[in-house]
Amino acid sequence: MYDFSIITTAIDQFLRSLMPSGLAIFIECVLVALCVLVAYIMLAIVMIFMERKVCAAFQCRLGPMRVGFWGTLQVFSDVFKMIIKEIIDLKRTDNMLYNLAPYLVVLSSVLTFSCLPFAQGLEVLDFNVGLFFLMATSSFGVLGIMLAGWSSNNKFSMIGAMRSGAQMVSYELSIGLSMLTLVALSGTLQLSEIVARQSHAWFIFQGHIPAFIAFVIYLIAGNAETNRGPFDLPEAESELTAGYHTEYSGMGFGFFYVAEFMNLFIVSGIASTIFLGGWMPLHIPGLEGFNAVMDYIPGVVWFLAKTFFVIWLLMWVRWTFPRLRVDQVITLEWKYLVPIGLVNLLIMTLCVVMGWTL
Amino acid sequence: MNITFIALDEFRTQMEALRGKGFDFLREMVGMDWGDEGLGAIYLLENSATGENIQVATRTTDREHPSISTVSDIWHIANIYEREVFDFFGIIFKGHPYLHRLFLRNDWVGYPLRKDYDESEAVNPVRMFSESNEKDFYHTVEDDGSIKENPDNLFEDNEYVINIGPQHPATHGVLRFRLSLEGEFINKVDVHCGYIHRGVEKISEKLTYPQILGLTDRLDYLSAHQNRHALCMCVEKAMGIEVTDRTQYIRTIMDELQRIDSHLLFISCAAMDLGALTAFIYGFRDREKLLDILEEVTGGRLIQNYNVIGGVQADITPGFASKVKEFCKYILGKLQEYNDVFTNNIITRKRMVGVGILSREEAISYGCTGGTGRASGWACDVRKRHPYALYDKVDFKEIIYRNGDCFDRFLVRIDEIVESVRIIEQLIDNIPEGDYKVKTKPVIRIPEGSYHAAVEGSRGEFGVFIESRGEKSPYRIKFRPMGLPLIASMNTLLKGCKIADLMAIGATLDYVIPDIDR
Amino acid sequence: MKKPVIKSIPYEEFKDNETLEALIEEINKERTNVVVGALDDLINWGRSNSLWSLTFATSCCGIEFMSVGAARYDFARFGFEVTRNSPRQADLIMVAGTITHKMAPVLKRLYDQMADPKYVVAVGGCAISGGPFKSSYHVLNGVDKIIPVDVYIPGCPPRPEAILYGMMQLQRKVKVEKFFGGVNRQQKKGDAVDNTPLVITNVPQEITDKEQ
Repeated sequence: MYDFSIITTAIDQFLRSLMPSGLAIFIECVLVALCVLVAYIMLAIVMIFMERKVCAAFQCRLGPMRVGFWGTLQVFSDVFKMIIKEIIDLKRTDNMLYNLAPYLVVLSSVLTFSCLPFAQGLEVLDFNVGLFFLMATSSFGVLGIMLAGWSSNNKFSMIGAMRSGAQMVSYELSIGLSMLTLVALSGTLQLSEIVARQSHAWFIFQGHIPAFIAFVIYLIAGNAETNRGPFDLPEAESELTAGYHTEYSGMGFGFFYVAEFMNLFIVSGIASTIFLGGWMPLHIPGLEGFNAVMDYIPGVVWFLAKTFFVIWLLMWVRWTFPRLRVDQVITLEWKYLVPIGLVNLLIMTLCVVMGWTL
Repeated sequence: MNITFIALDEFRTQMEALRGKGFDFLREMVGMDWGDEGLGAIYLLENSATGENIQVATRTTDREHPSISTVSDIWHIANIYEREVFDFFGIIFKGHPYLHRLFLRNDWVGYPLRKDYDESEAVNPVRMFSESNEKDFYHTVEDDGSIKENPDNLFEDNEYVINIGPQHPATHGVLRFRLSLEGEFINKVDVHCGYIHRGVEKISEKLTYPQILGLTDRLDYLSAHQNRHALCMCVEKAMGIEVTDRTQYIRTIMDELQRIDSHLLFISCAAMDLGALTAFIYGFRDREKLLDILEEVTGGRLIQNYNVIGGVQADITPGFASKVKEFCKYILGKLQEYNDVFTNNIITRKRMVGVGILSREEAISYGCTGGTGRASGWACDVRKRHPYALYDKVDFKEIIYRNGDCFDRFLVRIDEIVESVRIIEQLIDNIPEGDYKVKTKPVIRIPEGSYHAAVEGSRGEFGVFIESRGEKSPYRIKFRPMGLPLIASMNTLLKGCKIADLMAIGATLDYVIPDIDR
Repeated sequence: MKKPVIKSIPYEEFKDNETLEALIEEINKERTNVVVGALDDLINWGRSNSLWSLTFATSCCGIEFMSVGAARYDFARFGFEVTRNSPRQADLIMVAGTITHKMAPVLKRLYDQMADPKYVVAVGGCAISGGPFKSSYHVLNGVDKIIPVDVYIPGCPPRPEAILYGMMQLQRKVKVEKFFGGVNRQQKKGDAVDNTPLVITNVPQEITDKEQ
């Protein structure tokens, strides 16, 4: 097992030997922020490319082919274009909120992103209410969307924002419940600890039936949280042209676009952390040799592989299902997912108390 | 065709009497400018129970303030037809609830289909500013015969009105809905047409018949072949040309291929409107295979220009029969795939079942023919009602569903693909030898009179009405739009629905805008 | 002279190279420095490979446009992948179909709503000149009377291959432009819009009063 804390501690000690600790911490913060932002952008580019190729494969097409080998440079050219696109100032809008909204959305997703444990010792912040913090930061993205819809002074945007408000606030509940189910199993909110406790078996195996139900609920709710099909009502292309970001051009729209993809990554990353063991390799109790071999694969690879598997699952859903109607979205949440989630939490607690876990 | 003229003052009572006799389907309403004999309209009526047809007309000699009694409360569809006639001829319909221009801008000068219309650009230049709402008014006739302009009061000031269209992905072109919303619910709908009104009927009055053929393809480009078939049939009927058996076979097969093409596109677009993009691409993938066949025979992909007066443009290619048979086998397999991916999906069903119900009576009163009418339980297939070409010789079932909701409208089209395949399979092996085209006179002149022919287009009854004065171009030509009745029924269908239902309803009604606007 | 390169199609095989060369000449009249030039190339590479079109179709050509996006022709291969429904986010407007008098102000407004740099492709006979409906009282005889057109794709409707070819021509045009010079988008006197006296662009006084 590679432990990245060796590297980070070494850097920390090196910096402290050169300068007072206050300055060292400041420089470390800047370094971490840079790393997080670069990783964020690179992953976003990978995700956008993946989405296009996966979507094309489902639809019997090829997807981007001409720019770079197999279209690998396609997203870079999109980024260049997006950066130089004119940003339109609109009359009769609430200018401050209008300009603030995309940053709020991106801020929320960067903050959440930085909480993810990529590998052992490779996490920005590891404290005892990690999961709680993660939920808190992820949930204020809706604020940015509401502001965007409100401040655009456009009726389509307004409807899109209202839809997303209703939808995201509702589905927050299911996400919370399914996470709570897993917290009942793990007994901790600290992300590093959650991963460490999956060393003999991932939680989805440890918690068997209730954990699996929680996983399915989490995937559905997570899909709704990220506003992706079949829950893409806030930006329903065929209904509301482009929903809450109808009036945004250039990078304003770019931020929403990137944040949507990164939210997908974050949702999948959390799923892989709390259900599929995060960076923990696949261990089968009793097969020591097999476990040792698995340990040779670095934790980052495990984490990314699991995350991209979940992403692929969600993309499969997105490109297969038609869109739900707004009342059906709310019905699904409040009449089905929440009650099931509550009962599931009870079952899980019972399992943990009676020791019926693996 | 015999047209019975009714005097102006008896008109209203006579029409009520006809409705009482069971003539519940207003097939067509043709506005006419007879010159000195006056302005008026011809009504083509059908008894949906017995299949009996009758043509009546009325006219007024007053060219300044022509007015006729409305029949919009007798037949729902007359509401929108009368607006069309008002738009083109300036005839005021007494008692019409909302007589407002349908296609042209409200600041348009003159009535284009009148014979004395001034077409010069100076009168109606391209106006590059938006239509003003202040000038928006509708007309009513007062008791003393004067015409009053009422301000547009369709929506209150405090209503949340949004515009869907004219540039909007869900409207399949350039149609504009004004929706009054209450949250997600739709209160009222106002449909604005005319964003693609190309004045086909007016242009046609200056063109010869073979030239007009080119325009019919571009009306409803997804039933290009059937449209042209209708006009050819009408001219052939008027001139007494008897086409060969081979032509009939080819025409029938091509009609059905075109219908499959259109329905495939319908399935794709319905899927896209509901958000299932993969199903959309699947439909297009299979449509390309069909277009290959059409292209090989006719040379065109979308617009084929294949029928001509007296036959078809060119003979079928040698490999045609085997390719069509191969395609038929292929498409039946693919239908199962659509059902797996889209139709049987739980979300699709939830979105479509029980949404946008159109009852049988309303369907007839609105004149919603085609798949929409048949989904409501009305046997309105022209191929059965007024058989043409070879449709009385082949064995096929008229698909009829009862519920009249979106899902039934969707299923009708899927089943019709199967029926079309059956028709093709019966014909494809038996195409007789012979000429594919009979010789016609170099200049085609239709004898004086009125002629009418109708075919079953891909999305309803497509009719052609020709009034000829013996010239080489028609005095008046009118195409029955398949989509206009569907649009007219929108208000009934949408009451109490949500915005998302508008997409489902619009998608399953299956209209093509250039066909509505002409 | 630098020639724009399109993958797997040689320069000579494109038609109407003269217009392009004239354009290059006009653009390169003033010299630019090396750094800006290199940056220009990079940006143009990005822009030309990422032309997102507005979904705008009025009639038949729109169906062929949909075919281009579908499985067999798949314009995503070239980077025209995303069709945006909001004009703010689109790079080009494909005028696919007849533009009537009633639609003309709407089209103009859509064009104005788009963010620079923006392009216009006129698809089909109707958009180019009015097509078969040229003599109609309600049809605009060519969209270039109201908005500047970059590429014309003739046909009724043009085949998907023709649309792809037209898009490549647009790519070539984008590639030779200079983003930092800004020479391309400056509207000069004598542009199409000012030349046509028949088009009323000045709004009547009472309407302007209302809007303010």
